Amino acid sequence: MTITINGKPEVLEGSTVLEVLKLKDIDPQMVAVELNTQIIERDQLATTSIKEGDQVEFLFYMGGGS
Amino acid sequence: MDFNEDQITRYSRHILLPEVGGKGQKKLAQASVFLIGAGGLGSPAGLYLAAAGVGRIGIIDSDVVDLSNLQRQVLHHTPDVGRPKVRSAEEKIQVLNPDVQVEYYQERLTAQNALELIKQYDVIIDGVDNFPTKFLINDACYFADTPLIHGGILRFEGRVFSIKPKQSACYRCIFKQPPPPGLVANCQEAGIIGAVAGIIGTIQATEALKLILGIGQPLTDRILDFDARKTTFREIKIKRNPNCALCGLHPEITELFEHEQEICQLPPSGTVAVS
Ligand SMILES: [Zn+2]
Repeated sequence: MTITINGKPEVLEGSTVLEVLKLKDIDPQMVAVELNTQIIERDQLATTSIKEGDQVEFLFYMGGGS
Repeated sequence: MDFNEDQITRYSRHILLPEVGGKGQKKLAQASVFLIGAGGLGSPAGLYLAAAGVGRIGIIDSDVVDLSNLQRQVLHHTPDVGRPKVRSAEEKIQVLNPDVQVEYYQERLTAQNALELIKQYDVIIDGVDNFPTKFLINDACYFADTPLIHGGILRFEGRVFSIKPKQSACYRCIFKQPPPPGLVANCQEAGIIGAVAGIIGTIQATEALKLILGIGQPLTDRILDFDARKTTFREIKIKRNPNCALCGLHPEITELFEHEQEICQLPPSGTVAVS
């Protein structure tokens, strides 16, 4: 299955957003997840399925400023 | 108000722009911007906004200038080490452009003072270095209905986006709350390329000027992420989240509060951090 992660097409198995996070070795607490421009609540990651052609954005925290 | 000859010369490169002109320059002179933090982002933002002729600039920061700040915080110079950042910032801005009225507050932004301060300005610039204050600023701007230019920097990367409260996505629409303590580097140990702070702070200033002048497309409902290693900008479309605890359909946040501050400490050299 090919999905776009942060702008880059990637071939990945995994049927839910949480599985994609695990495959990418990303702690769900570290990111906000957007699926096709929709923010996915953290408790929905395991139940939100992913399909061919989906656009996923992992937005990492960026907290500096000084 | 009318500009004198010196002012017409000073702002001539603005006035030459059809989108700005004398009329736009007057708008800038009548506008006010609040810089929250006079550090890596607040420095370039403050300098360019002052040079642009923004009439009133507020600055809040409780810190004093440290030698390690000078690598990026271009408002502060070597003789300023040990001085309050707001005093140093006020002086530089005044020397750069005496037309600007500077108001400074040597204190921290808190749930007690945030709303009252933010209400006095047209546009807010987030230049703080910690998550709890970033969320506090987001919430206060929502309650005050004041546009916010959010900025963040980390190592080689930066992020900027604008928020028009009640119209465009807010910080909490995307990030519900600060990350768990210790999970995300947001303190001194992370490091930052100084010039990246310059890029992001300068974009923040540009977006503030655009909002005041009402020109172009604001950086709302999209996040702009910059990566200096590859020299790439990436735009991520966002939209208001109906589940947002602040601006969603069923808001849970109805007054200002502060998330717990993460204790940020560098272990003394030669020791291992225990957490
Ligand atoms: Zn929101």
